[in-house]
Amino acid sequence: MSAHQAPPGANAPVLELRGVTKSYEGQQVLKGIDLMVSEHQAVALIGASGSGKSTLLRCIDLLEEIDDGDILLDGQPMTVPGINPVPFRRRLGLVFQSFNLFPHMRVIENVTLGAVRGQRMPAAQAREGAQALLERFGLGDRAREYPDRLSGGQQQRVAIARALLTKPRALLLDEVTSALDPELVGEVLGVIRELKEEGMTMVIATHEMSFARDVADQVCFLEGGCIVEQGTPEQIFTAPSQPQTQRFLARVLAGATI
Amino acid sequence: MSAVPQPLTTREDRARARRARNLRHLVISAASTVVVLGGLATWIFTSSGWPNVRRDFFSSHWFTQSFGSVLSGFWLDVRLFLIVEVAVLALGLLIALIRTFDVAALFPVKLVCIVFVDVMRGIPTILLVYIIGFAVPALYLSGVPTSPVVLGGIALAMNYSAYVSEVFRAGLESIHPSQGGAALALGLTPTQALRHVIVPQAVRRVIPPLLNDFIALQKDVALISILGPQEAFRVAQIFADQYFNYTPLLSAAALYLCVTIPLTRVVDRMQARTRRERGGAMALGPR
Repeated sequence: MSAHQAPPGANAPVLELRGVTKSYEGQQVLKGIDLMVSEHQAVALIGASGSGKSTLLRCIDLLEEIDDGDILLDGQPMTVPGINPVPFRRRLGLVFQSFNLFPHMRVIENVTLGAVRGQRMPAAQAREGAQALLERFGLGDRAREYPDRLSGGQQQRVAIARALLTKPRALLLDEVTSALDPELVGEVLGVIRELKEEGMTMVIATHEMSFARDVADQVCFLEGGCIVEQGTPEQIFTAPSQPQTQRFLARVLAGATI
Repeated sequence: MSAVPQPLTTREDRARARRARNLRHLVISAASTVVVLGGLATWIFTSSGWPNVRRDFFSSHWFTQSFGSVLSGFWLDVRLFLIVEVAVLALGLLIALIRTFDVAALFPVKLVCIVFVDVMRGIPTILLVYIIGFAVPALYLSGVPTSPVVLGGIALAMNYSAYVSEVFRAGLESIHPSQGGAALALGLTPTQALRHVIVPQAVRRVIPPLLNDFIALQKDVALISILGPQEAFRVAQIFADQYFNYTPLLSAAALYLCVTIPLTRVVDRMQARTRRERGGAMALGPR
């Protein structure tokens, strides 16, 4: 079945993970992850720190080499030994917890670097696109600044613009609000919500349960490098079936309203 | 309802105290400067040897006689310094890159680089200039330059690129790996990530130590005088030996200062500007 014929809600898979394992120095961080992310779908990864969420995203973006299993992008295997990861990375966008903007470049140069150098987009076109994205995220007047003149929330919005300029097939968000002051979280989540409404395919590792519930189509609960439970936000947050999920949610939601 | 308490000190009180403090500071520093410098000057200028020193080192006659030749000798120093510095920066960065990043095909080159840096850093510069300046021409190799200026320049470039490569290496290693990760995630190739993200940041961080080596090299260029070329120090020395007057040596020293002091100030300013633009992050410097 081709993507064109796919009925709504059963879109073609953009990302497919089959039995992905990864270990660092003998310690297994991912223990056989199976995951399917369809077009226009937002999948939230929740779980305690160290459960493997970040590693999983880094493996999908081919920043880490997996030990076993397969990861496919639009049906193409990306993790064949010896394959060049660069063309695949160009089709994905990754936003980091700590922004990782380039401090020696102005905001606009941060946003255009990947498009101009990686994708050979003409510089004028890249600038135009970058400026439009910055305007859209309320940063039009900050294009000539250096990143460390911006607040954390602004920096993270620049990082999202940077990942979006090349129109990735999927956006990978690695706890993008965890390093932000509480009052700045909202502006970043607002941007992501907007992207979701436009149909951007996303994998979102997050500690913001209410946000996951709100934005995600699917929620995966990870513990000890495994997906313990997966389902709609409704299922996971109101009727989790696994005791680990229940324990985790009880812990993080203690005192918090969702 | 109580009355508003009277302030114990007023703004005027504080301003007056501040003015008094500043004035006291100024008076003390001025007085101490006069005492120390005046004492030093009196000590020197009243010494029994001062008239002789003045004649032998500060003679306006010999200054005007020698300055032209010393200056043209110094021009050779400056040209040699500029050429050697460019070679040092290029070679130093290349060695640092080879040593920092693992490229399988470059493994033998990496070994050579390690040995090169160890050896070059371990030999006094003056010995290296001697060895290369006299041993290489003695080999009678065809196609190898025998000019003492070129050989001296090569010796200096080898010596200094070893030092500078270590400076660059420290800079490269101080850039957090997440910067490389972010560049790769944007779809840059590893080479592009190096060129656009890692190397520019590393170079910025090591500008102060680089400048130190820069100035040291500017002075060490005088070492090629032992091979014979008529550079500033050599010219001044010949004068001194011929006329028993050392004024030309002081003019050579003054010429060196004319280059090194502005150089230091320019780079200080450059860094201050970067610091302003970058909002103080540079103040952290290399780790």
